[in-house]
Amino acid sequence: MKKALPASARIGRVFALFYPMVADIEATTINLTSGRKKMSKKFQMSRRDVLHQGGNIIAAGSMMSLLPTLALAAKTVTVGFIYVGPRQDFGWNQSHWDAARKVSKIKGIKVVEQENVPETAEVEKVMQSMIELDGAKVIFGTSFGYWKSIKKMAKKYPNVLFTHIGAIWKSGDPKNVIGYRGYTEEPHYLCGIAAGRMSKTGKIGFIGSKPLYFIYNNCNGFVLGARSVRPDLTCNVVLTGEWNNPVKEAETTNSLIDKGCDVIVANVDSPKVSVETCERRGVFSCGYHSDLSSLAPKGFLTGAEWNWASGAEFVRAFTTGKPYPNLKRGGFKDDMVGLSPFGAAVPQKVRDEILTAKQAFVDDKLKIYKGPLKDNKGNEVLKAGQVISNTDIKFKLGVRFFVEGVAG
Amino acid sequence: MTDGGDLGWWGVLIAVMGGAIRVSTPYLFVSLGETLTEKGGRVNLGLEGILVMGAMSGYGTAVVTGEPWLGVIVAGCAGSALALLHGLICNLTRVNDIAVGISLFIFGTGLAFFLGKPFINPSAPRLPHLELGAWSTYPQVRSALEINALFIIGVVLAFALAWGLKNMKWGLILRTVGDSTEAATALGYSVNWVRTMGTVAGGFLSGVGGSFLSLYYPGTWNEGLSSGQGLMAVALVIFARWNPIYCFYVSLLFGGATALGPALQTVGITSNYYLYGAAPYFLTLGLLIYSSSTKHSLAGAPGEVSISR
Repeated sequence: MKKALPASARIGRVFALFYPMVADIEATTINLTSGRKKMSKKFQMSRRDVLHQGGNIIAAGSMMSLLPTLALAAKTVTVGFIYVGPRQDFGWNQSHWDAARKVSKIKGIKVVEQENVPETAEVEKVMQSMIELDGAKVIFGTSFGYWKSIKKMAKKYPNVLFTHIGAIWKSGDPKNVIGYRGYTEEPHYLCGIAAGRMSKTGKIGFIGSKPLYFIYNNCNGFVLGARSVRPDLTCNVVLTGEWNNPVKEAETTNSLIDKGCDVIVANVDSPKVSVETCERRGVFSCGYHSDLSSLAPKGFLTGAEWNWASGAEFVRAFTTGKPYPNLKRGGFKDDMVGLSPFGAAVPQKVRDEILTAKQAFVDDKLKIYKGPLKDNKGNEVLKAGQVISNTDIKFKLGVRFFVEGVAG
Repeated sequence: MTDGGDLGWWGVLIAVMGGAIRVSTPYLFVSLGETLTEKGGRVNLGLEGILVMGAMSGYGTAVVTGEPWLGVIVAGCAGSALALLHGLICNLTRVNDIAVGISLFIFGTGLAFFLGKPFINPSAPRLPHLELGAWSTYPQVRSALEINALFIIGVVLAFALAWGLKNMKWGLILRTVGDSTEAATALGYSVNWVRTMGTVAGGFLSGVGGSFLSLYYPGTWNEGLSSGQGLMAVALVIFARWNPIYCFYVSLLFGGATALGPALQTVGITSNYYLYGAAPYFLTLGLLIYSSSTKHSLAGAPGEVSISR
């Protein structure tokens, strides 16, 4: 077979010389001896594959040069964190960045990060480069929209563990994927206690982004916590309809304050604007996602935080060959959520009360949803004596109501 | 803390009025800037990029130096620099200013996001405001009348520009160039020079408008800061008939429309909040349809602007 090769095949051959790790290209080079038609088809496939991987020459080069060092540092596990936005945004992304900081302090773990990765094929490229160039063994995909890409890449790289923050793994999805998520309604309940104790007007405000189950749960936790210490309190709820729109969030915060609300929590991508606006207007605020206490030295009470660093246990289990769950949800009991440091305005008595309630969550004695419970339209949701477990995910996913005390 | 006086529907009205003043300033500056640019006969669709760039550079300067007014000036200069780029490129023959504007829009936002990374986390000092509502016992009224100096500068500027365009020499030159290239050339003016200067001045004002977003209201820098204010301001200029004073009124209208949704939700009207949220955009569409009617001519439209040619 001495016919001139098509250009594509020649390129493929050059790649194959430089890139012996990719098994299918090697296979293709061997296949050169067989019939031309078959060969060129093979080549088309492999070429597309090669192009798809993007920057593979660099990959090959650097992998070769890395080989000796990899062997030496075999004990170090590289973990990749991928963020959808800027990582220090005082919000969702920062909660993951905080987790990455904690994880990187664990001995034997090296963290690589990339921010502003859109929920498109782009994230697959980032994952691939983390796995192939940095040798990442665990990938933390920290945005909900990465789900499809995570499943796709998990099939391609069965030796790499992927985590996703939606906790929507179901049987049939790849085994090397973990979905985990904290119950933030529990820290919101504690914020509610702070709000109920500190509010002078008896009116508090909740700013939500979109009408999703966890927004309902967070709001209900906040209101139930507040009404557990002040039963006549009411809460104004405003949904902005967007994850990130600073002008609207500031405007909403201002109108809630104008309406008389004097403790406000914002469930948006970054509550920074809302907390700062509250501070300027001289009302109290609670945080969400990460620690926002530095933004409002006077008016910050406390905040509901995630503890994504709990994912470190998956890294350990995966690298030592121990079993791990594919789906994990939990609250304070499982150390999957956290509470921000108290602001200066919160008196010791209230702090003690909140910490007692927190301990009750840890001991599983305090339940958020318990009867008698009405929604804000007066319909009975739970009868007296009926109690919903804090881990009853079926109930929580189905929450589409605001509890009594919510205006609007 | 507030005394929590509940004003009911009056509260909505006050919130919308307060919101109109708070939200309108960027619209005002960008639309004044675009008026200057278009009066000279060019359209700069890159104002959104300039606005974002102004917001970022202003915030960054204020973080580094601790001086918000310096941030405003730097924002204006950054805006002028980008606008100069637009002006110079459009000076070349057969360059479409709309296309250049769109690429400038993308370039400006991209550059601002790239350079603005370190400034997302720190807090910058804010621009001061005047307490014009100190006479009122209602905290709502007091808060609505906390007026930023930039807003007042903007209002004064609107009237000054309106007067200047009509009565001063530079106004006449700018309008001549904008209305007829031939006439301006016959009079001995360099058309390209005047247009570039008009664009640069417009860029300065848009940059200042951006710094209002990051340094006063909402007073932060992140990548979602501008929700299209720069682009909407272009539509707003057409509706305002290239008249700076109308720009002021229309900006107030747009600001009020933005504030309507949150204000209504706090009094319990929660359904259709997406619809209220879209109010400014509906307004834009409606205005464009209204002003594109064939029955009445676009009074005040510069003859050389590519959208009216």
